[in-house]
Amino acid sequence: MRGYRNICLGILSMLASLSAHAEYAWNFPEPVTPMALDTLHVHNKFMLISMAIFFVVLAIMIYSIFAHRKSKNFKPVADKAPSTGMEIFWTLIPFAILLLIDFVIMGIPAYHSVVMMEDTRDKATMVVKVTGSQWRWQYEYMDGDAQGIKFVSNLSTPKEQTDKGFEGKKDEQYLLEVDNRLVLPVGEKVRILMTATDVMHNWWVPQFGSSRLAVPGFLRETWVQVDKAGTYRGQCKELCGKGHGYMPVVVDAVPMEEYKAWVVAKKAEMAKASAGADKEWTKDELIAEGKGVYEKNCAVCHQVSGAGLPPAFPALTGSKVANGPIFGADGKYLKDGHLDRVLNGIRVMPGWKALLNDTEIAAVITYERNALGNSVGDVLQPSQVKVARQ
Amino acid sequence: MSTTTVAHHDEHAEHPTGIMRWLTTTNHKDIGTMYLTFSLIMFFVGGAMILGIRAELFQPGLQLINPEFFNQLIGVHALIMIFAALMPAATGFANWMIPLQIGAPDMALPRLNNWGFWLLPPSAILLTLPFTLAMFGIGDGALATGWTFYPPLSVQGGIGVDFAIFAVHLLGVSSVLGSINIIVTLFNMRAPGMTLMKMPLFAWGWLITAFLLVATIPVLAGAVTMLLTDRHFGTHFFDAAGGGDPVMFQHLFWFFGHPEVYILLLPVWGFIPQILETFSRKPMYGYKAQVYSFWAIGGLSVVVWAHHFFTSGMPVPALLYFMYSTMAISLPLAVMFFCWIKTMWKGSMSFETPMLFTVGWIILFGIGGLTGLVLADVAADAQYHNSYFVVAHFHYTLFAGGIMGIMAGVYFWLPKMTGHMYNEKLGKVHFWLTAISFNLTFIPQFFLGLAGMPRRIPDYALQFAEFNMISSIAAFVLGFSQLLFVYNIVTCIKGGKKATDQVWEGAQGLEWTLPSPPPYHSFTEQPTVK
Amino acid sequence: MAKLEKSEQLSQKQQLDLKNKILVRKLLWLLLGSLLFAFALVPIYDVLCEMTGLNGKTNNTAAVLTKAKVDETRWVTVQFTTNVMPGLGWNFYPKQSSIKMHPGQIETVIFIAKNTTNQVVVGRAIPSITPGIAAANLKKIECFCFINQALKPGEEKEMPLRFFVSPELPKDVSDMTLSYAFFPSVDGVKE
Repeated sequence: MRGYRNICLGILSMLASLSAHAEYAWNFPEPVTPMALDTLHVHNKFMLISMAIFFVVLAIMIYSIFAHRKSKNFKPVADKAPSTGMEIFWTLIPFAILLLIDFVIMGIPAYHSVVMMEDTRDKATMVVKVTGSQWRWQYEYMDGDAQGIKFVSNLSTPKEQTDKGFEGKKDEQYLLEVDNRLVLPVGEKVRILMTATDVMHNWWVPQFGSSRLAVPGFLRETWVQVDKAGTYRGQCKELCGKGHGYMPVVVDAVPMEEYKAWVVAKKAEMAKASAGADKEWTKDELIAEGKGVYEKNCAVCHQVSGAGLPPAFPALTGSKVANGPIFGADGKYLKDGHLDRVLNGIRVMPGWKALLNDTEIAAVITYERNALGNSVGDVLQPSQVKVARQ
Repeated sequence: MSTTTVAHHDEHAEHPTGIMRWLTTTNHKDIGTMYLTFSLIMFFVGGAMILGIRAELFQPGLQLINPEFFNQLIGVHALIMIFAALMPAATGFANWMIPLQIGAPDMALPRLNNWGFWLLPPSAILLTLPFTLAMFGIGDGALATGWTFYPPLSVQGGIGVDFAIFAVHLLGVSSVLGSINIIVTLFNMRAPGMTLMKMPLFAWGWLITAFLLVATIPVLAGAVTMLLTDRHFGTHFFDAAGGGDPVMFQHLFWFFGHPEVYILLLPVWGFIPQILETFSRKPMYGYKAQVYSFWAIGGLSVVVWAHHFFTSGMPVPALLYFMYSTMAISLPLAVMFFCWIKTMWKGSMSFETPMLFTVGWIILFGIGGLTGLVLADVAADAQYHNSYFVVAHFHYTLFAGGIMGIMAGVYFWLPKMTGHMYNEKLGKVHFWLTAISFNLTFIPQFFLGLAGMPRRIPDYALQFAEFNMISSIAAFVLGFSQLLFVYNIVTCIKGGKKATDQVWEGAQGLEWTLPSPPPYHSFTEQPTVK
Repeated sequence: MAKLEKSEQLSQKQQLDLKNKILVRKLLWLLLGSLLFAFALVPIYDVLCEMTGLNGKTNNTAAVLTKAKVDETRWVTVQFTTNVMPGLGWNFYPKQSSIKMHPGQIETVIFIAKNTTNQVVVGRAIPSITPGIAAANLKKIECFCFINQALKPGEEKEMPLRFFVSPELPKDVSDMTLSYAFFPSVDGVKE
C-alpha cells in the first residue's frame, strides 16, 4: 500500500519539477456568477465528504492488510456461524451511514442548488439568444436597447497555428479567442436562450457554472449573472463533428455604461456595413473582400483550395452550383442556385442569410465564382443580394 | 455408474482437431477460451486506438492525426473496449466457470453458445472495416460520433455509422444469446442440493447481468434501428422537422447505457469476493447481503438513466428524481464494500497477484464510485458533464473496476484453466506497473476536467498542456505494461510449475475439486451439494 | 442393469431438454417484450413531454377554447423568436418581438413569412417553449404550425397565432419565450 502514497508523492514532485511559471488548476476556475459560486461550494463539500469516506475505509483496509497477514502468522478468525440477524444488522450500518450522507448531508444542499440553477423565471434584465452551428456561435440580443444586434463569433486563432505540424509559438489564448465576443453587463441577470441549426452543441463557460445543450429546432435556457468584470472563456462541450474543438466561447463582462456604449457602437457598425450594400463594387474589390469571408467561414468544410472534403463536403472547384446561373429569367434567384445555397443552406450547410451581411454574401459568391479554380466571370453586387433577401 | 453416465456429449468424445475444433466446438471450456482470447486481442486493438489519441494529445497543436480521424478513434475505442473486450471477457469467464462452479457438465444450450461467440469476430470487423475502406477511398471512415451515436450528428455521419449500427446489432444478438444460455444453465443445470441461495456469488452476478442484458439490449437495438431508418428510410424519430426529437435518443440510449455499466461490473463484483475469501482463508462475509445488493443495483440501474444528460434540460422534479435515485445506488454499494472489507478483516491474508489486483481494485473502484456520487449532483454536474472529469471517473469504474477486476480473475483462474502456475514475480510487476501508470494517467484528467477541458477535443488550450503530457506518458506505460500480461499468460499456457487441484490454499467451491486443468468433459458424474 | 440406467439417463436428459426449451421460450417472450417496449417508448416519451413540458414541446393540435377566467392580478411576458432552418429559402420573423398579457386572456400575434426563391416551397414550423414548465400552459387555439405551409415564389404571408396562457401557470413564472423553427417540409410536395 506504500505504493499508493508513492504515487501521490510522485505526482506532486513531477508537477513541481515541470515549468515553474505554469499555473495549475486543482479545482474549478474562479467563479464569477452566483451559480458558479454555489457549484463550487457544493463540489468542495461533496469532495471533502467523499475523501473522508475514502480515507476512513482505506485506513481500515490498510490496517487489516498489515495486521492480518499470513506471513505474520495471523490465524483467521472465522466469523460466527452466519446469523442472519447479525449480518443484517452489520450490513445496515454502512447502508445507514450512506443514507444520511446521500439524502441529508449532500442531498439538502444539492436540492437548493438545483432549484437555483433552474431559476430562469424571475425577471431578467435582458435576453440573449445563442445559436450553435457547425462550428461557430451566433449571438442575438433579444430586447432592450441592444435589440436587433446579432453577429457570428468565429475562432480567431490563426489557421496556421491549428494546422497539423505547426512548430512555432502559439498565441497565449490558443483556441480560446474569437473575432466577435459576446458582451454582457456586469451584475445583471441575463436569460440565455439556446438553440442550434444542425447538430447538438453545448455552450459552456466554466467560470459561469452553467451549461446547457443546444438542440436543433428546440429552445433551451439557462441564466448568468456575471458579478465581476473581465473576459471569460469556454468551449463547446458536446461533440459536434470535426470542428468540435474549434468553437470557443468568449464573453466580455463590462460595467453597464461601457455596455451601453458598446451597444451604440455595434449598432453604428452594423448600419455602416449594411450601407455598404448600396454602393456599386468592382469585381476586384469583391474578390478581395470575399477571400477573407471565405477563409473565415467556408474554408473549414470546403477547404482553402475549394477542394472540399467529399463526400460530406463537396468541392467548389468545378461545382455545378458555383458555376451555374444565379438568377432565373424572372429576375428571382434560382432555387438550388449559388445564391440560394449560400443564403439558405441545405442539410449540413447552414443558411448564411442570418450570419453574413449583403456585402459579405455578394463578395464570397463573387470570390467563389472567380477563384478556387472557377472562372465564371460574373459579379454579384451587394445590392442584388439585398433585393434577393426581401 | 460412471461408465454409463456419459449419455450426452457422446458425439464429442472424439472432437475434431485444428481449426475445425474451434469453429464447431460446443464445449463450454473451448468457447470460454475463445471468448477470453478474443477479448484479449480486442483489448489491444482498442488500446492501440487510445494510444494514438494520447499521442496526439501529448502536446497542444495537431501533430499526428486530423480531427476527423480523432473523432473516429474515440468512438470506436469505446465500442471495442465495452462490447468487444470487457463483455466477452466476462462471458468467457461465465462459460468456463459457471458449469464448474455449479457442478454442471456443460452449458445448457451448447450450440447456441457456439453461435453466440462466432457473431463477435464479424462484428469486430464491421466496427473497424470503415478505417480500412477509407484508406482505399471508400467512405469517410468509421463512426465519428463517439460511442453514444447521438443524432443529429449520427444522422449526418457517413457509412461508418451504418457499419457501427450493424455491429451493435450483431453484438447485441451475441450477448442476448449468451445471456439466455447462462440463465437457462443457472436455473436448470445446478447440482442437486445447490439452491439458488447457495450458488457461488459469481453465478449470482451473472444471473442479474443476464437478465439486465435481455431487458435492455433490445432497447439499444431499437434505438439504433430507429437511427438507421432515420438515416435511410425517411423516418423522423429524432428529427425535429418531422415531429421527432433528438433528445429522445439520449433517453433510449441511456435506458440501455446505464444498466450496461452494471452489466460490465456485476460479474466482477461476483468473483471479487471469491478471490477475497480465498486469499483471506476465511469464508466471505455477508453472502446474502451481497446477493440482495446485486438485486437492488440491478433494479436501480434501469430507473436512473437520465443522469447521463442532466444538461440536456429537464423539469426540476425530473432533475431531483434522477439525482436522488442515482445517489441511492451508493447504498447497496456501501453494503458491498463493507462485506469485502469485513471478509479481509481478521483473515490470514497473503498477497499473490490475484489478491494484489483485488485489493487495488477495491481502492480504485472506490474512487470511481465516490466520484460517481459527486457526479450525481445536478448543479455540479453542469461543470463535470462532458469534461475530462467524467472521462477520469468512468475509467476508474470501467478500467479499474472492470478490466483490473478481470485481470484479477485471469490470474485467479489461469492455473485452473491451464494446469500451470503463472510467473508470480512477473504478475506482481504487472500489477504495480498497471496500478501506478493507471493512476498517473487518470488523476491528471480529474484536474483537467475541473479546470474546464471538454472531452472529445483533438487539440486544446495551452493551460491544459502539463496535465495532458503526464497523462499521455503514463498511458503509454500503462499500454505497454500489458504486454507483460500477455507474455505471462502465453508462458503459463505453454508450461510452468504444475498446479494442484486446489491451486490456492484457501480456495473454496466446486471448480477447485476438479483436476487442473479440468478434463474436457467435467462433472460427467454430477456432484451433490449439501 | 446397465441398460436400465441408460434409459433412465436418457429420459432425464429429455426432461432437461424440455425444461430448457420451456425456459428459453419464456426468455424469448421477455426479449420480445423489451423490444416492443423500446418502440413503445417513442409514444410514451411524447406523452411525457406533453405532460411535463420536457423539451418545451407544446401540443401541436388546437386546444379546446375554455372559458378560462382571466387572471388580471398578474402579467406574463411572452417573447417570440424564430429560426429558419437550412434549406428553406424563406424570411420568417415575428411582427412583434413580445407581448404582455394576463393569464387567461386570448391574444393573436402575427408572424411574417416570405418565400424569396423562384419556386413553390413547403415548410413546417416546429414550436418550442422555454422554460419547460410554461410549455404545458401555453394553449394554442389557432396556429400556422398545425399544418404544412406552402408559399408561391415571392409570396409574402401573415401567419397568425391565437393563443392564451393558462391561469394555472405557476405564480413564479413571469417570462417565457416561444420559438418557431421553420424547416423545409419533410413530406412536402417536392424538392
